[in-house]
Amino acid sequence: MNTITITLAKQAQLYLEADLITPDQFAGKSTAEIGAIEISEGKIRYPLASFAKIEGAAGPTPEETRIVLNGDWSRVKRIGQQMSAGEIIINSNVDMYTGGWMKGGKITVNGNADSFTGIAMAGGELTIKGNCQNHVGSAYRGDWRGMTGGVLRVMGNVGNDIGTFMRGGTIIVEGDAFIHVHTHGEGGTIIVKGNVEGRVGGQSVKGDVFVNGKIDYMMPGFKYVDDVTKEVDGVSAVYAHYIGDLGERHPDVKGQKIFTNLYLKK
Amino acid sequence: MKEVIKHVACPYCGACCDDLEITVEDDKIIEVKNACIIGTEIYHHASREGRVGSPRRRQPDGTYKDITYDEAIDFTAKMLIKAKKPLIYGFGSTNCEGMAAAGRVAEDAGAVLDNCASICHGSSFLAIFDTGYPSCTLGEVKNRADVVIYWGSNPAHAHPRHMSRYGIFPRGYFTGKGARGRKVIVVDPRYTDTARCADHFLQVAQGHDYDLFDAFRMVMHGYAADLPDVVAGIPKEKILEVCDVIKAGRYVHIFFGMGLCHSDGRNHNVDIAINLVRDINEFTKCTIMAMRGHYNIAGPGIVWAWQFGFPYCIDLTKGSHAHMNPGETSSVDLANRGEIDAFINIGTDAGAHFPIRSFEKIGGAGIPMVTIDPSVNMAATVSDVHIPVAIVGVETGGICYRMDNVPIQYRAVIKPFNGILTDEELFDKIYERMQELKMAGIESDGSWEYAAPLADVRPVKEAYE
Repeated sequence: MNTITITLAKQAQLYLEADLITPDQFAGKSTAEIGAIEISEGKIRYPLASFAKIEGAAGPTPEETRIVLNGDWSRVKRIGQQMSAGEIIINSNVDMYTGGWMKGGKITVNGNADSFTGIAMAGGELTIKGNCQNHVGSAYRGDWRGMTGGVLRVMGNVGNDIGTFMRGGTIIVEGDAFIHVHTHGEGGTIIVKGNVEGRVGGQSVKGDVFVNGKIDYMMPGFKYVDDVTKEVDGVSAVYAHYIGDLGERHPDVKGQKIFTNLYLKK
Repeated sequence: MKEVIKHVACPYCGACCDDLEITVEDDKIIEVKNACIIGTEIYHHASREGRVGSPRRRQPDGTYKDITYDEAIDFTAKMLIKAKKPLIYGFGSTNCEGMAAAGRVAEDAGAVLDNCASICHGSSFLAIFDTGYPSCTLGEVKNRADVVIYWGSNPAHAHPRHMSRYGIFPRGYFTGKGARGRKVIVVDPRYTDTARCADHFLQVAQGHDYDLFDAFRMVMHGYAADLPDVVAGIPKEKILEVCDVIKAGRYVHIFFGMGLCHSDGRNHNVDIAINLVRDINEFTKCTIMAMRGHYNIAGPGIVWAWQFGFPYCIDLTKGSHAHMNPGETSSVDLANRGEIDAFINIGTDAGAHFPIRSFEKIGGAGIPMVTIDPSVNMAATVSDVHIPVAIVGVETGGICYRMDNVPIQYRAVIKPFNGILTDEELFDKIYERMQELKMAGIESDGSWEYAAPLADVRPVKEAYE
């Protein structure tokens, strides 16, 4: 695998949008060609090279391309958007839409990420070592097809709207979440290892939600069923099993109603 | 000579009362009949001393000096071309013609176009994107609704004639008994003046409307037995009693306000309300409507959805497509994050309505700012240029959309003060001036007096050619 290192040397006055920083765009290009890739600040577009120093070489295909981002990327949006293969390592905080709509490959953020991280993600691995803001692994506004695949892991805390309209894949939050976890969920798995303030599984149709900490305000639509032992992220424990949201439509499969399962660690 | 003008529509709230009678004499407002006290004041304001009759430019010492319209238009046009990401925000109090003209300017300037819904019912739009909008007109509420729910809204203060014209008291075609034939349910964390008109008042725990909606939906889905004893501060028995009232209604209507769309969860509070409407329709007829604030705040949603495909928070900076994602392209977030470098405040008062920490980042950060408004509002007092315009509904007419998205033709009752321009005329002139400046070689190259140039950072030329 070839590694290309980009060091952000200058900061824009506003924010930069860098949806073309993906292994898919870099693969098979020379350093000069990569330097000519456009990033935008509002309505003005700049060549990447005018803000960053580019070293190394991209691989011939996205699968063989690793991008390492050094410097301060905290005001850069859309890194790794729609990437399908390869790897991005970000040694900084990042702004919004990191790994949004990603289909494959791997992104590691060694810092915090802002909102809309992994929005409508379909595959691959996205790991944030720090905290995230809101709408992690959520759907785009008005879209009923949220996250459909992949693994999104946040080592820190997250805000609200985690996995809204989720249909598949896994979100693991190792810290706390605020409100609206798995809202309108139609599948997939969310694991919150910390506490959640409330609204877990509101309007959720099916899927699995695990909470290892406390839920301050349980949705009224969740009903206790039984205690079960489950292995969650490699650790086995006893969970109280609830089903819901009873205030939402639920499909019938072979005469049996399918509910969202909420597992609360005992 | 005194003249009485009848059937005038009021430029105050989203109820758009169109039965006003205005007495005028020598282009002065003498008397206003049928309007609420706030609407009355708007008309009298037009004839009071102290109106601004000319554009004004802020001087280095903070005072304002009158300038010509041409100078003000030139400043605005140049600012829009030069800025990398200008924001045009407001439009709560103007007509659709002005909004369409501003849309043309924003598209040409590559600006972000946003309206007051951004800090008001914008989150309701997000819910409507997610779940649809089973709504109706206010006429249907008046003529058919026998169960009326006000949830998180207080029309007694915010829409003073709403309850008497549409919601609770009017006698309609199928509602001949007026208030006596209607059941009124009010849900609010406070015992408001609207709640005093209610048959059933549910004092929901602040920030827990979502939970209460879920409880209502559980009853509608047949899980009443699984309800907890108390939900969001409301006992189970009360929830069941109110659900029986709803199910027994011939036509149920829910009016919701900013209690839903601006407490935690925002769009999801509205989205679950809309889903409750769907559930209630399994038993009886039910519709829902947002209590829109200003008389034409529904207008930009209609006009811009037609122009750009989105109702608010429209980022047009890319030139090739419109992008909308509140949280990123919403005015308060743009200001908070320092993501804009020029600001136009039109037909609203960002200074009074934005969170102060957010407005400080525009008003106090050296970002060039233009306020377009008939009055001297808080934003105008910190703007580089203040351009007065004619008051819609008083000095100029136009189309305005009522809260139920019904267009109402507004009328001018007096001539514009001091011959000032309308919003539409002003934006058309700004557009013309932008074309002249572009012809003269003024371009957006990332460098201007409000942006410190970065060494060796040169834009890609083709981007703006």
